Amino acid sequence: MKKGVMRPGHIQLRVLDMEEALKHYRDLIGLIEVERDPQGRVYLKGWTEVDKFSVVLREADEPGMDFVSYKVLDNETLNKLHQELIEYGCNTEEIPAGELNGCGRRIRFDSPTGHMFEIFAEKEQTGKWGVSNVNPEAWPRGLKGMKATRFDHCLLYGNNIAGTIDLFQKILGFDLAEQVLDDEGTRIAGFLSVSMKAHDVAFIEHPEPGKFHHASFFLNTWEDVLRAADLISMEDVSLDIGPTRHGLTHGKTIYFFDPSGNRSEVFCEGDYHYPDHEPVTWTTEELGKAIFYHDRVLNDRFLTVLT
Amino acid sequence: MNQITTKFQIQVINQDQEFFCSSDNSLLVGMERFNSGCIDVGCRGGGCGVCKIKVIEGEFTSKRMSKAHISEEDLEQGIVLACRIFPASDMKIEAELTQLPRVAND
Repeated sequence: MKKGVMRPGHIQLRVLDMEEALKHYRDLIGLIEVERDPQGRVYLKGWTEVDKFSVVLREADEPGMDFVSYKVLDNETLNKLHQELIEYGCNTEEIPAGELNGCGRRIRFDSPTGHMFEIFAEKEQTGKWGVSNVNPEAWPRGLKGMKATRFDHCLLYGNNIAGTIDLFQKILGFDLAEQVLDDEGTRIAGFLSVSMKAHDVAFIEHPEPGKFHHASFFLNTWEDVLRAADLISMEDVSLDIGPTRHGLTHGKTIYFFDPSGNRSEVFCEGDYHYPDHEPVTWTTEELGKAIFYHDRVLNDRFLTVLT
Repeated sequence: MNQITTKFQIQVINQDQEFFCSSDNSLLVGMERFNSGCIDVGCRGGGCGVCKIKVIEGEFTSKRMSKAHISEEDLEQGIVLACRIFPASDMKIEAELTQLPRVAND
């Protein structure tokens, strides 16, 4: 928060077939469908999210991530960070208010890993779905599938994560919460937080730039993760791995794929981070345990299957 | 649930292996259900490109595949993703098991 970036705001994902994708994100994960725009993009959100939307799906020939956006405190912060991004050497583009329905002006910028990011200050606040902001009930009736509560973070693969992590730390004020170091002390994974969460975004070193590993949605309990696993079997959804626990962040998790091959995660619990905490370090010797705490063995698919 | 589905014979000619797959399963899922390991398994959704194969003979229907991995030229040559094609006859295919890049624990 020290530079005025508050939280992940939204992620735009490309899918091969919109109706199949909606069965995944809306009916299985349980996001709320908010609206569709004239371009055919569909906007969704987790039921606890106050802002209007957090996931945008776009039909395209090639699955993957278009961009992920972070919300900043106000327009003054947005302008200041825009200037700092330019001075840092990023190519930036101003996306006018309303290009995404209900969202204010966005500043899009590139990064050393080849991913596109955005910051924005204003988005329509429609409130939590199905519960009032005054004397709110515990949860709304009518939630579907896994009943995901919010879009939490994404994990991105690319070359030169050192560069993108530096950009996120220096310009956007993220802290390094956890990392994986190899034998030479080179950082091959970095988990960054701009809040108390164990991660708001994560990066893993990979030869190909601009790759997407997963978008993650938050559940409240381990029982919810097991119930998600049941739904994955009931619906014959492509499973990656889990339910299990990560060593990194200690989250309890399951990974699966959307019908276009983009990986999804639902998870619960895990560590917390304060800005004065030293990063937690895992070594490559224990990489199996760092990623899958119970199996203690990596699977190739988790490391190499990307969109 | 007594419906009988036709199972087609899928020969993986360059590996001297075969499996059987019904028309309502993709070749990749058919292979997995047969407990065979002759095609690499990735996302199963046409996105990651891991299960690339070449169709030598046989009819099939297909779903959309990522342009990043399968071009128009590939399609003309019968190069497809096994997770996105469904057999409509017995088939002969070639599948190269790629050595997925490994890290650290090797």
